[in-house]
Amino acid sequence: MSNRFKSRYDDDINLFEGRWHLAQYAILMALLLAAPWLLGTYYLGELTAVLVWSLAGLGLMLISGHTGQVSLGHAAFMAIGAFTNLALMLRGWHFIPALLASAVTSGIIGAIISRPILRMSGIYLAIATLALSIIIEDVAIIAEPITGGVAGVFAPPIALFGMEIDRYATPHAFYYLCLAVLVMVTLGYLNLLRSASGRSFLAVRDSEVSARALGVNVARAKTLSFSLSCAITGLAGALYAHLAQAVNYESFLVLISITLLLQVVIGGLGSVHGAFFGAIVVVLLPQLIAIARDFLDNAAGIKIAAYPGMDTALFALLILLMVIYEPRGLYGVWFKVRTWLQLFPLYRKGMFRRTRTYLKTERQR
Amino acid sequence: MSLLQVKDLSISFGGVKAVDGVSFTVEPGEVFTLVGPNGAGKSTIFNLISRLYEPSAGQIVFDGQDITSLPAHKVAGLGIARTFQNIELFDHSSVLQNLLIGRHCRRNTRWFEELLFLPKVRRSERQHRLLVEEVIDFLDLAAYRDKLIAGLPYGVRKVVEIARALSSEPKLILLDEPASGLSVEETQNMAWWIEDMQKDLGLTVLMVEHDMSLVSRVSNRVLAVSEGRPLAMGTAAEVQADPKVIEAYLGTEATS
Repeated sequence: MSNRFKSRYDDDINLFEGRWHLAQYAILMALLLAAPWLLGTYYLGELTAVLVWSLAGLGLMLISGHTGQVSLGHAAFMAIGAFTNLALMLRGWHFIPALLASAVTSGIIGAIISRPILRMSGIYLAIATLALSIIIEDVAIIAEPITGGVAGVFAPPIALFGMEIDRYATPHAFYYLCLAVLVMVTLGYLNLLRSASGRSFLAVRDSEVSARALGVNVARAKTLSFSLSCAITGLAGALYAHLAQAVNYESFLVLISITLLLQVVIGGLGSVHGAFFGAIVVVLLPQLIAIARDFLDNAAGIKIAAYPGMDTALFALLILLMVIYEPRGLYGVWFKVRTWLQLFPLYRKGMFRRTRTYLKTERQR
Repeated sequence: MSLLQVKDLSISFGGVKAVDGVSFTVEPGEVFTLVGPNGAGKSTIFNLISRLYEPSAGQIVFDGQDITSLPAHKVAGLGIARTFQNIELFDHSSVLQNLLIGRHCRRNTRWFEELLFLPKVRRSERQHRLLVEEVIDFLDLAAYRDKLIAGLPYGVRKVVEIARALSSEPKLILLDEPASGLSVEETQNMAWWIEDMQKDLGLTVLMVEHDMSLVSRVSNRVLAVSEGRPLAMGTAAEVQADPKVIEAYLGTEATS
């Protein structure tokens, strides 16, 4: 929207559009780095959870938001990442190689599964990936040497740079660890999006025929996107295992897959911001509802706690409203607010009137 | 030597013979047009050449290379670019992004290099942009450069699709009804651009078009097809005067 004068190709290539844009993210980064001093231990833990779910959301965003392939099975890849990481650490591996191994394992399993699965599209793809999510629950029980069977496995403390990192004993260190992983993955993600591979993903999402006619190997682009997506989600799974301290087959139920998909839809499909916004909502909304409930209990004497399932219902309502009124998710809201501020007082009401669009992938194969 | 040779090309969908033994050659530097009534198989021939469909018989030779069994995504790299009858742009990306996707077949970086955005990737991105800007200048798209496709008028989208095809540095460009849905003035511009592509860029153009004024103005040779079979070949005037072509369009006189 801004009328920045571009004089070099690098103005389009660089991650940050000018100094002000860079400054905004520098401030955000500084706030995130200062968070352990600004927040109490409990809220730092919640923020760490936001980081971990953002990472998982980024993984799903790559395949669903940017490549246009719905996945209802990403909890499976969180599980693969988590169990790989813990199993290797319990066999004496150092944390870093074990973390990389969980990304690689999820990525490779994703690549193997993607070839048959990504031949499908739309609702068939959703069902196939849903099946994946259901299978992994049983696999998690059967593969006892790795997953600890029904009881699951406990996360050993992480030894890193001569420090012992543990979610409860040293929450600061664990927070920084998650932040570092997330920042690195985000930068890689953005790099991919501003080069040929990322563009080929968008091409596959918007029109498979013309992508093919322009020289994009559609099957390969989908496989690459899916396996990178699985690798990112696997990383998130590994961090989640350390966040939750113990994982078993119940940690990665189908519900987690669905929540992840909701997260990217609420955040805004097809935007990197969306993964983060969605994670904030998914992690903090239950907190907000709990706070509001306590407040109503104490101040107004309304006993909402007597009605079980209230938070789930509210969550569902929010999603409904989002899909009806703002299909571009929270990113869409944020984008409008930003435009309003930039253009003040020239913003016009019809500026973002929606035109009917649909995924061409669904129409023509 | 001919740039494109199509020999006895056939395809059937179930029992329908959409294309039935069509042969023609396109010489380098010419504008060759396919005309014919709706459902004659013109777009199907395009889809066969760009390898989106599998021919049931026949052969396609481009630039001395047999491309009859080449995978579709390798066609662009050889120098065949195309547009679609119903615009197939990437709606949620900007014009610039669309044109850059057009450069995909000329990419020289791998995904893990892009993940780290090595200096090599930046160099290659700059190079892509340099060439894309030339296309933007050529088709006068500078005003729409950073606009999203979803908000563009129909006529501009048609031009963007041609620009995207040109971005891949083709030798042969396939235009599927470039003037359909355009105003008289826009059709006029389209005629100029097709002439410029032929004369200034030295491109060979294979086109499907219904607007006979545009066809007669830009085409060197015209092939009329009907019901998947070739009817007549020659200049636009010759083809239009051919009794078989008139019959295909208008039907025969009633005989009692």
